[in-house]
Amino acid sequence: MSSLPKIAIFLLALSLAPAALAGEAKPVAADPALEERVTALASELRCLVCQNQTLADSNAPLAMDLRNQIREKMQQGASERDIVDYMVSRYGDFVLYRPPFKATTVLLWTGPALLMSAGLAVRFCRLARRRADPKTELSNEEHARAAALLKGNGDGERR
Amino acid sequence: MTRYLLPLGIFVLLVLLLGFGLSLNPREVPSPLIGKPAPQFQLPQLHDPAKNFAPKELLGKVWVLNVWASWCAACRDEHPVLADFAKSGLVPLFGLNYKDQRDDAIAWLKRFGDPYQVSLVDTDGRVGIDYGVYGVPETYVIDKLGVIRYKRIGPVTPAILKEKIVPLIQSLNQG
Repeated sequence: MSSLPKIAIFLLALSLAPAALAGEAKPVAADPALEERVTALASELRCLVCQNQTLADSNAPLAMDLRNQIREKMQQGASERDIVDYMVSRYGDFVLYRPPFKATTVLLWTGPALLMSAGLAVRFCRLARRRADPKTELSNEEHARAAALLKGNGDGERR
Repeated sequence: MTRYLLPLGIFVLLVLLLGFGLSLNPREVPSPLIGKPAPQFQLPQLHDPAKNFAPKELLGKVWVLNVWASWCAACRDEHPVLADFAKSGLVPLFGLNYKDQRDDAIAWLKRFGDPYQVSLVDTDGRVGIDYGVYGVPETYVIDKLGVIRYKRIGPVTPAILKEKIVPLIQSLNQG
């Protein structure tokens, strides 16, 4: 048996493999516009099983169920707001990648800005103090010594 | 000397903060369902699929709902604790058989023992979603008015049973 057909079959199989994989990963979507909305919303929501992934990224069974739930609700005419409320009422604010601004999340939202301004404030205070500090000005004696050093009359090792 | 104290102080505070953060369990997400009425459902019973069960049948009673599955390894760890709890006969213990195969579930109960008064079949996980289930096993304590009073995510340990669940049930039973 010639090896040519074998190679041909192998190449054919190889070329078909990505298509087969893509088919597996794709959700059953008759409506691309709807699917886009599902994915957009699922990217805003956290998968609670693998907590650092979004519902859109995760392959956990629960994430698939919840994506189906989103799709179904959208087909029934639910708005994004409705679905987010539905998720939050079951899983809490933690499902939101953009948590709401409220008493418990004040530090979360304002923390970075507060730290930044605290850092800048410290910096400015230091700079202002240094500018006002008379010690940074050289006395006449020190000026004379500096000039002598620069000229090379090395009596700089006195201290 | 004092110029080093401030950075050192900040560093120590930061270490304490981060250390506290590390000691928390990120799996324990506070459930928004605590204090809310337990979601209603109507599900077939595992051992008798012709019979349905709805939580409103238990109004007026304190009861415990445990979400389990035969594919869930942590459920096996939890099982003896639940068996002890069921034996105490304190309150009815119901099982929610979550996304499982019927035959597997029945075989699992036969092999390890069945602590549940009744197990309900949630094949597609819909009821699980309503109860905010994301890590099996999960356990809910529901009061006489049908309100969820406690939720445990992950296996119930003897310590949790003794220190949290049993005292809560006792106080709910008196109320």
